Amino acid sequence: MPYLGGEETVRELRRALSNPNVQSDPLRYRNTILKVIRTMSQGVDVSGLFSEMVKACATVDVVQKKLVYVFLCSYATLNPELSLLVINTLRKDCQDPNPMVRSLALRNMTNLRLPSLVEYVEQPLTAGLRDRAACVRRVAVLGWAKLHNLHPSSEIDAAVVNELYSLLRDPDPVVMVNCLRALEEILKEEGGIAINKPITHHLLNRLKECDIWGQSEVLRVLQRYRPQSEDELFDILSLLDSFLVSPHPPVMAATLSLFLSISSNLPVISLAALERVSGPLLAACGSGSREMRFAAVCHIQLLLRSVPGLLGPHYKRFFCGYAEPAYIKERKMQVLVELVNDENVAMILDELKGYCTDVNTDTAQAAISAIGRIGRSYSDRCLQILTGLLGLKQDHITSAVVQTMRDLVWVCPQCSDTVCLALDGCEETLQDIQGRQALLWLLGVYGERISTAPYTLEVLIDRVRSEASLGIKMELLTATMRLFLCRPAETQDMLGRLLHYCIEEETDMCVRDQALLYYRLLHCGIEKTREVLQGRRSDPSLGVLIGRPAKPVSQWARCFNTLEPLSQGAVEAESDSRGSPEHVTYNSKPNADLSDTLSCSHIEEVHSGSDSAMRCSDSSTNVLASSIAAPLSLSLSPAVSPEDFEHLWLQRQALHTERGAEKIEEVDCAWIEECVRCPAVLHCSPQSLQAAMQLVNIQTLAFTPQQMLPWRVYLYTHTQRSHSMDAPNTTLILGELLCTGEANQKSGVKKGTADSEAGAEGKEDQLVRKEMDATADRLRVSEDGQEEEEGIKVILNQQPKDDDALRQFLTILITVLNTLSSEKD
Amino acid sequence: MISQVFILSSKGDHLIYKDFRGGAGNDIVSIFYEKVTALTGDQPPVVMNHKDIYFVHIRQGGLYWVATTTAGSSPFTITEFLNRLAALVKDYCGSLSEKSVQMNFALIYELLDEIVDYGYIQTTSSDVLKNFIQTEAVTSRPFSLFDLSNVGLFGAETQQSKVAPSSAATRPIQSSREQGGKSEIFVDVIERMTVVIGSNGLLMKADVEGEIRVKCYMPSCSEMRIGLNEEFSIGKSQLRGYGAAVRVDECSFHQAVRLDEFDSHRILRLCPSQGEQTVMQYQLSDDLPSALPFRLFPTIERDNGGSAAINVCATIPVPKGSVSLSQELSSPDQSAELKPQSRAVVWKIARFAGGTQLSALFKLEVPSLSSASMLEVGPVGLSFELPKITATGLQIRFLRLSPIQPGPSQRWVRYVTHSDSYTIRI
Repeated sequence: MPYLGGEETVRELRRALSNPNVQSDPLRYRNTILKVIRTMSQGVDVSGLFSEMVKACATVDVVQKKLVYVFLCSYATLNPELSLLVINTLRKDCQDPNPMVRSLALRNMTNLRLPSLVEYVEQPLTAGLRDRAACVRRVAVLGWAKLHNLHPSSEIDAAVVNELYSLLRDPDPVVMVNCLRALEEILKEEGGIAINKPITHHLLNRLKECDIWGQSEVLRVLQRYRPQSEDELFDILSLLDSFLVSPHPPVMAATLSLFLSISSNLPVISLAALERVSGPLLAACGSGSREMRFAAVCHIQLLLRSVPGLLGPHYKRFFCGYAEPAYIKERKMQVLVELVNDENVAMILDELKGYCTDVNTDTAQAAISAIGRIGRSYSDRCLQILTGLLGLKQDHITSAVVQTMRDLVWVCPQCSDTVCLALDGCEETLQDIQGRQALLWLLGVYGERISTAPYTLEVLIDRVRSEASLGIKMELLTATMRLFLCRPAETQDMLGRLLHYCIEEETDMCVRDQALLYYRLLHCGIEKTREVLQGRRSDPSLGVLIGRPAKPVSQWARCFNTLEPLSQGAVEAESDSRGSPEHVTYNSKPNADLSDTLSCSHIEEVHSGSDSAMRCSDSSTNVLASSIAAPLSLSLSPAVSPEDFEHLWLQRQALHTERGAEKIEEVDCAWIEECVRCPAVLHCSPQSLQAAMQLVNIQTLAFTPQQMLPWRVYLYTHTQRSHSMDAPNTTLILGELLCTGEANQKSGVKKGTADSEAGAEGKEDQLVRKEMDATADRLRVSEDGQEEEEGIKVILNQQPKDDDALRQFLTILITVLNTLSSEKD
Repeated sequence: MISQVFILSSKGDHLIYKDFRGGAGNDIVSIFYEKVTALTGDQPPVVMNHKDIYFVHIRQGGLYWVATTTAGSSPFTITEFLNRLAALVKDYCGSLSEKSVQMNFALIYELLDEIVDYGYIQTTSSDVLKNFIQTEAVTSRPFSLFDLSNVGLFGAETQQSKVAPSSAATRPIQSSREQGGKSEIFVDVIERMTVVIGSNGLLMKADVEGEIRVKCYMPSCSEMRIGLNEEFSIGKSQLRGYGAAVRVDECSFHQAVRLDEFDSHRILRLCPSQGEQTVMQYQLSDDLPSALPFRLFPTIERDNGGSAAINVCATIPVPKGSVSLSQELSSPDQSAELKPQSRAVVWKIARFAGGTQLSALFKLEVPSLSSASMLEVGPVGLSFELPKITATGLQIRFLRLSPIQPGPSQRWVRYVTHSDSYTIRI
């Protein structure tokens, strides 16, 4: 923290540093310098003392030298001119008989990070490569990498590169590893150091001499090597076997990464390696450092994706210690859920039950949802525990239990009887929105079996005026409607009141629209209503599908031993566990019947879409069904806020207009403008448009009201191409739909990106256009011979550029728009 | 590859900041601290990111040790590096605390300079480092009368001087060279127990993670031989001797340990380098050779004679909304306290003699008590420290140094068993 009086301190220090009495006394001098560094690391700007410190550099005292260098390296970039003065001292030190002084000077010379000094540094660096002392060579080798990064554009002398290659055979292992690192950086543009057979075997043979840091570095670089024959492959693997079971987690993880990458087309070997590595990984799970434990548990989760039964017998190792931090506990519970089998289920449930009353509410809720997940296979025992927990009457526990029950019932409808009995009375303890929504959903769906359901709803309806949450109101509407269908006598009166309130007094458009919709639906007759509201029930056969199939190793091999599993895994697991039941069916619904079901599905979509924003973004699993484009999937996460959208949009629009169509490729984004003819979309309500878009995971951000001109919609989505296993390339697409009301030129495709695939694209468009013409024909009839065709201009912006994805996205978008138009007819 | 390393105190003061790659603004430290403090829990996730910069941090000695890096780095390497850095700082400064780091910042900068160059880890071996590190550690040891009590009358050896004071191993390794300090070597056998005892008193899970740690203050030592119990065996199949077997499931050694005599005589040979290193790690699951150190039915009883446990602390979760506690404890040096925010009664026993049984009666007042509230009581978590005992029964038979050290040298062997997580269900 910079504290007040920083300037005063600097002045005082300067006075002390330039005091001749201090300078003549080495101890006092050193102590003053110490004070400077201390002030510096506290965050005070002491760059003003630069010239005084340069003077202090000329000394024989190594400790003082080191201290001054710490200072100089931090502030050199602010004072390039004064830094020139240091160079002389440094160059002189490079000739010093003491290797320690030489390496120190060389290191700090390259650490100054001043492009202007490069010419002075090159000569000592070249000399340093041939120094007798290994510690000087180590520094010199990395020095070239630093020099290269100061001037990334300038070529490093080929002679230096050659010398670095030859230093790979240096007797000192650290010099060897540093050469690898330096060459990787210098040759980055050519794809790093050339890993050929002799180099690989040389590195492998010397692996034992390196320390663990060197080993992990070498193993990482070797991942690029592809053995030429199977024999060679097995030679390498057997050489590396001892490293696979290394007690040092960094080496073990790096070796496994290498194993997985070089034997990527031999799944048997990969699986054997996974089994072999499970011992050391388990040991890391019990490591004294909890950060290490965490890393190990996260990586075990990766392993379990491919070999679900791998650690079954060791499930006890994943019991949580009571003093462990919540983030480890959560991961351990996720692992426990994966490891459940007939023998250990009782023990695991007993253990998880203990966590449900944890002081930390997150841990408690995670434990409850873990029990719920186990309940998919062992429903009776789990329900018994969950029901018992309701007796505690604590809001966070009850809420988690009710949500878990909702998810469980969807997958295992046979549990519904127990759940219905248990729900009695828990509405009093429920406080939070998610919990109450879950309860309402259950009351709506199983209302006929819960005797008190109407009374519970009635209380809520009476209080609806003071209800703040939008989601609760929507869920309440749906639940009351559903209950009305099965128990009309008790519910009719309160449904009337609720609809009346929502239509007449409610200010929120969403709630009002939904209420109106239900009201009109009731006019269509009870049978129609029933069809819409009770159309979808869960399918008992779903339960069979729950067990996750083993995924191929290649799916996660790339992110093994990176930070990804530690930072992202949580999100993924969450979407697995929290995905709301109804979404499951949306996902599996083929797109072909989109137009048939849209009328009713968007009703539900509206309610469930807003009923919890959390669910929406969580369960953004690949919605798009096979009928349109199998390899492309759209997703809404990470979410883009309206501000971000506006910023990005304006920025790229400016880029586009400024640079012109041709140059846009440089920034790796695409800009497309296209005309689509489906004017009827204009008459859609924003809600139904939004719902339809969300169905295919396109998020709309802003609209103009319907039938207003110019009519605009802004939207975004993320595309993900999954067909290339190893590199899921995702792009962000921002879009605008615009209808100015003027007759648009039928310009067809005006493409911003000049690419070679125009032919293919043209074909694709023809297809689309045929479809569109079909609709347009109908439209023409319906629009009473309107002469001019109204077109909607679609402007899309994609980053990074991916033509295929963009084209597929456009097809999807057009289909949705057409479907909507035909709905309206 | 590591871009920056910094050490923050728990209050967010910058103690050490070192930028290896350049290019990152100085505000990166504040960004990290904001992220840490923005979280509600006191335990932020290990990995956090800000745009392209990833923060990996560990907590040791009440400090945040943070490295910034890129997404592709190995979490194992970075975590291990930070742990190793903390261990080195501890070796060089004597102890690990905000104060010792603050006082020795020059030394730590020097260390960092030698350990990491341009974001690449060069070496962390204290053998190599000792040639480069010039700064001396500053220690603060308050003067204490107890130090004098070790000196016998007229230099005679007293009882106390045979036992190393507990602070003996917390001093910087460097000072031995200049101050002509005692050349000492400590061999610690440290075991951590993770135990779950079911509500019926049955043992449900017992894991022991152990390690032999050597802490060496000798300027030069060519070879050391550590003899373990002869009947020591690894794995299930291998049984040796007739006595009660000392068995572990898995065992791994430091790479410098030579094992040529291990198979026949259970002797580890190594040349210890200065500072602390873990010579051997082992683990044992489920069947412990000795009885459990603590049991709790309605009471906690201890059934392992011969010694005493210190710093025993039982944490008993109680129903939410408990308002007051009345207690009956059996001796005055115990204390019990109700902590409403963590919803627990904490019962502290400073010293727990072996073979004895302590009982305590806690009466809690819970305004809205239901039958289900009983579910919230327990499980009891017990933390303790058992000196002079190992749960596996591992013992060091002898410790020989060769060649015989000139001058006085002292060798200490210490055993301690800690609780990692000792849980008793009620």
